[in-house]
Amino acid sequence: MIEIRDLLVERDGHLVLTIDRLRIERGEVLAVLGPNGAGKTTLLLVLARLLKPKHGTIQFQSRTGSIESDLAYRRRISVVMQDPLLLDQSVFNNVAAGLRFRHLPEGEVRERTAVWLEKLGIPHLRRRPGLRLSGGEAQRVALARAFVLAPELLLLDEPFASLDAAARQALADELRRLLAETRTTTVLITHDPTEVRRLATRAVWLEDGRLSDRAPDTVAAS
Amino acid sequence: MGDVFSVTLLSLEVSGLATALSLLIGLPLGTALALGRFPGRAVLLSVINTGMGLPPVVVGLAVAMLLWRSGPFGGLQLIYTPLAIVIAQLIIAAPVVTGLTAVALQQLDPRLQQQLLGLGASQTQMVLALWREARLPLIAALIAGFGSVISEVGASMIVGGNIRGQTRVLTTAIVLETGKGEFETALALGALLLVITFLINVALTFVQQHGTRQRGRP
Repeated sequence: MIEIRDLLVERDGHLVLTIDRLRIERGEVLAVLGPNGAGKTTLLLVLARLLKPKHGTIQFQSRTGSIESDLAYRRRISVVMQDPLLLDQSVFNNVAAGLRFRHLPEGEVRERTAVWLEKLGIPHLRRRPGLRLSGGEAQRVALARAFVLAPELLLLDEPFASLDAAARQALADELRRLLAETRTTTVLITHDPTEVRRLATRAVWLEDGRLSDRAPDTVAAS
Repeated sequence: MGDVFSVTLLSLEVSGLATALSLLIGLPLGTALALGRFPGRAVLLSVINTGMGLPPVVVGLAVAMLLWRSGPFGGLQLIYTPLAIVIAQLIIAAPVVTGLTAVALQQLDPRLQQQLLGLGASQTQMVLALWREARLPLIAALIAGFGSVISEVGASMIVGGNIRGQTRVLTTAIVLETGKGEFETALALGALLLVITFLINVALTFVQQHGTRQRGRP
């Protein structure tokens, strides 16, 4: 489904990511593990086309990056950052934001938003201001905001990093259920092996900007 | 009484138009300075910040020299017209609106831009969403821009000439009446200026705070 080839990414003049080849299959949940500063978030930003690589191609469902516009590409994917980064609007409007960016009819926006508020167990929060939620609630809103778009590719950047252990476990279980239900192709950035075991179908290890061959062993051992 | 009405109306028209134009310039320019990365950005930001404290009388002098009959734009015959005052006030208000717009947007989490783009926002949708996020300080920028021009006297006096029935505004009328020793009239005009400024700021603050109360509705 997605194939990365000969990827070189520089930030502030320094080479931070080098990936010769990485393939992500449809329906797969690929965990990208690695220590801080390994280049995990950079990889996610490149996959979201929020960062331009110096060299290389990312082929997405047989369409190469250079042909499709960044906007058209981004409207086929969804990104959930480490922090929820909610808008200063109601929970409902936060979840509906991406649909409205796509100029969908308001009736469809309301319907789909209501469905995903329900699926994430937060319909009672629909009128609550997005900036007045607990960490767990906010991250549920962020997930609903991503899933409501029915993305072909879901990019998750350590989505539970800012949560306490209890909230993390509850939300990870929720996410596993949703990923199984929707079969959304997902790249999960994490440094938590427990999350990998719980959520991922495959894992790769990233260190110093390079994929390591040790990945499967490391994950299996953890 | 008729005089007071026309002077008040002209004050509102001139300062209102100057503020509206400063918004048209300041909002996109401030946004570009806050979000863009281009050569000369830091220098331009310094110029804008300096411009926020421009003495109106110096602006009046510069605009007068440009619009003077023998000046580069003398052919336009704008000196001593309300439009000349609008131009001068625009030069005073635009840096205020631009600078405060830039600050308002720079206070937002920089990752919010990436998150909005990641949700499928176009560049325009992203900027509109950021403006909405920063609506409280942006309305404060508008209030500050209007306040800087409705209260200034130096530029209006120099480029407008304080001509009765043509370019006399509240502030220049106050100066004139004070010069004549008509303190009661000057004081009354001063009170009128204060009341008008207060009412306009009350209206803008209401809009600003109403936005706060609206949060949370779907």
